[in-house]
Amino acid sequence: MQKSLRTLGVHEKARITSITACGEMGRRLRDMGLVTGTEVEVVGRAPLKDPVALRLRDFTLTLRNNEADCIMIEKMEEKS
Amino acid sequence: MNGTATIALAGNPNSGKTTLFNAITGARQRVGNYPGITVERKEGTINLDDVKINVVDLPGCYSLSAYSQEELVARKVLVDERPDIVVDIVDATRLERHLYLAVQFFELGIPVVLALNMMDEAGKQGVRIDSARLSSLLNCPVVETVARSGLGKQELMRKALDHAKQRGGIWEPLKISYGPDLDVALDHMVEKIEAARFMTNRYPARWVALKYLEADAEVLASGRTLGGPAQELEVIVQRTREHIQKTLNTVPEALIADYRYGLINSILRQNVLSHERTQEERIDVSAKLDSILTNRLLGPAIMFGVLYAMFQVTFTVGEIPMGWLESLFGWLGETATAIIPEGLVQSLVVSGIIDGVGGVMGFVPLIGIMFLMISFLEDSGYMARVAYMLDRILRIFGLHGCSAMPFIVSGGIMGGCAVPGVMATRTLRSPKEKLATLITAPFMPCGAKLPVFLLLIAAFFSENEAQIMFLITLFAWTMALLVSKLLRSTIIKGDPTPFIMELPPYRLPTLQGVLIHSWERVWQYIRKAGTVILAVSVLLWAAMTFPGLPEEAASKFAADRQAIAASAIDQEQQQALIVEIDNLEAQATLKHSVAGRIGSFFEPVSQWAGFDWRTNIALVGGFAAKEVIVSTFGTAYSLGEVDPEDSSSLSSRIAADPAWNKATALALIVFVLLYAPCFVTVVTMAKESSWRWALFSTCFNTALGFGLAVVAYQVGSLFLV
Repeated sequence: MQKSLRTLGVHEKARITSITACGEMGRRLRDMGLVTGTEVEVVGRAPLKDPVALRLRDFTLTLRNNEADCIMIEKMEEKS
Repeated sequence: MNGTATIALAGNPNSGKTTLFNAITGARQRVGNYPGITVERKEGTINLDDVKINVVDLPGCYSLSAYSQEELVARKVLVDERPDIVVDIVDATRLERHLYLAVQFFELGIPVVLALNMMDEAGKQGVRIDSARLSSLLNCPVVETVARSGLGKQELMRKALDHAKQRGGIWEPLKISYGPDLDVALDHMVEKIEAARFMTNRYPARWVALKYLEADAEVLASGRTLGGPAQELEVIVQRTREHIQKTLNTVPEALIADYRYGLINSILRQNVLSHERTQEERIDVSAKLDSILTNRLLGPAIMFGVLYAMFQVTFTVGEIPMGWLESLFGWLGETATAIIPEGLVQSLVVSGIIDGVGGVMGFVPLIGIMFLMISFLEDSGYMARVAYMLDRILRIFGLHGCSAMPFIVSGGIMGGCAVPGVMATRTLRSPKEKLATLITAPFMPCGAKLPVFLLLIAAFFSENEAQIMFLITLFAWTMALLVSKLLRSTIIKGDPTPFIMELPPYRLPTLQGVLIHSWERVWQYIRKAGTVILAVSVLLWAAMTFPGLPEEAASKFAADRQAIAASAIDQEQQQALIVEIDNLEAQATLKHSVAGRIGSFFEPVSQWAGFDWRTNIALVGGFAAKEVIVSTFGTAYSLGEVDPEDSSSLSSRIAADPAWNKATALALIVFVLLYAPCFVTVVTMAKESSWRWALFSTCFNTALGFGLAVVAYQVGSLFLV
């Protein structure tokens, strides 16, 4: 099932399946390394639940929830 | 190379680029601005093996697309100035991300040397990089460096020079395959571009084609003005775009990014990069710190603590050198008074130049300390967390997480200064949010407005001083946020800038970096603001001095004085009477001057808010510096010189004046809080944005302040009196 990045909980991991943003924001997301197939992990949320902090490609990135809506993901199973 | 060479330093923000630049050039730096924008241009010169090397520090950028001003500037410098070589600084701990920019340099074809920075940290994290292998796969020299200690900088410069010499200024664009669909389109476009020599004097043909496919706003726009094959290229792009949308359900620019990352991954997987530990095993200090510093409850508490402490330190420590400067200028004034014979020249030098420039230089220690601390917070990575935590609230009002700092510095916790506040808007990368912050930050109750409030509160609301002061601060925040919202939904309308921002790892800033950074800003303030401010102080002095009292009026005061001197009353009484006449003369002179006439001219209108001509003059003077309001009141109420710190006589005088009541006081508080920022701030605003916006804020804030002051006076007259 396709879900947006907004639905991902803290410490959950997912793989990006598609990015629906275009124009300026799409360009920025891609420049920062968010492309299809990238693995991301939510590492934290700001005190008011928005923005969200992600870990990908060995660095940490923040984005707002409405920006996370443009990023479609599939959840990855927790390694136990 | 004729003994000279130009090296451009490029790299992502937080790659250690500035630290390396400082390590290479030391204090021999020149800082300027790129024309028309606020991006700083830093250069330094070093000598190596008899070659004079000019090092240009390009603004930090993540990519060479046209997203930010920094990226546009970096691109422009590369293609227009064609430096001999680019040194691309990449963070070894985040190699994959940072190579994205490097790949774009290779596609541009400019000679590149890669600096693998932060090798010490990479070692600590168990990241192993085979730099020789990386060098052969990328076909460019790779040098391992540690910018903080300067390790590897000599080798880096030497290899850069060698490589530049070897390439001899020839650009060799790397051709990356972007899959069958895009490659066909690219080849087709390259043919057309080469045939027409379309923009090929600046960019390689394939680069132009790529930028067309990426829908790069700048290249598209300049292509349209050039004409030529621009139209045909856009048709090809449109066709490709539709085709890719249909077959792959994506857009060309996304596909291009995919392929670039694919290339980087394929290189790194060829035994270039290996981790000794898995991600789970690694000890990530930044993540641990973040779990405390951005914690739901602890995070905001610590943040307010840090901001408050910073603020306290600035103003308590800053007071000491401020006092020295004050005494210095006081001494200068006295000396000038003693040396120059009494008259207009003395008045100009003492009241115009020394007082004016002294008032401005008084801010220097504040700005210096404030920027020392802001640089520390920025370089350590904490500032990004402040923005991250406050973004949700500020966004409601059309602002950005990074707007918090300028507000606080301007006096958001009472008694700051809008000059460093406006300068702090530099941390805002988004122009619209920056403008809104810049215009509303001067609403905050800065240290210079406080004496005015204290004077009025003492005269009319002495029973609940603290509450009124608190209400004033609250009112300032409310106005700043509401006006931001208003501006952002009218004249600076636009979608919020995305908050797609890197949270850099926490690092201890280098002393050199913090010092250089603060010194640059202080020096810019002294140099740029100093010249304009000198001119305006002289202008204001002239407005309050000319035209002098007409002959007969002046001689009447002189006659009065003589009459008293000749009278039989004792010495002490004589002295007191003469002082009173002096003060009356000063009052008459002020009323007769241009400023006085302006004050009287506006009286019919300002009456709506309860302000008479005396208040008007004080407010005109307040444009020079808000401290002047109280001292001008002193002159206008013929009390002679009034020390703004001790105005008790003035406050009882005002309280007793029938023209004054609580409503007037309330209206004046509102007006002083909101009206035109002092001219030091206006000059700073013009430097950070443009003169147009600085003038806009002067007029807009005054109109807003007056409107609300009228409301306060009229409503207050109904209920308070």
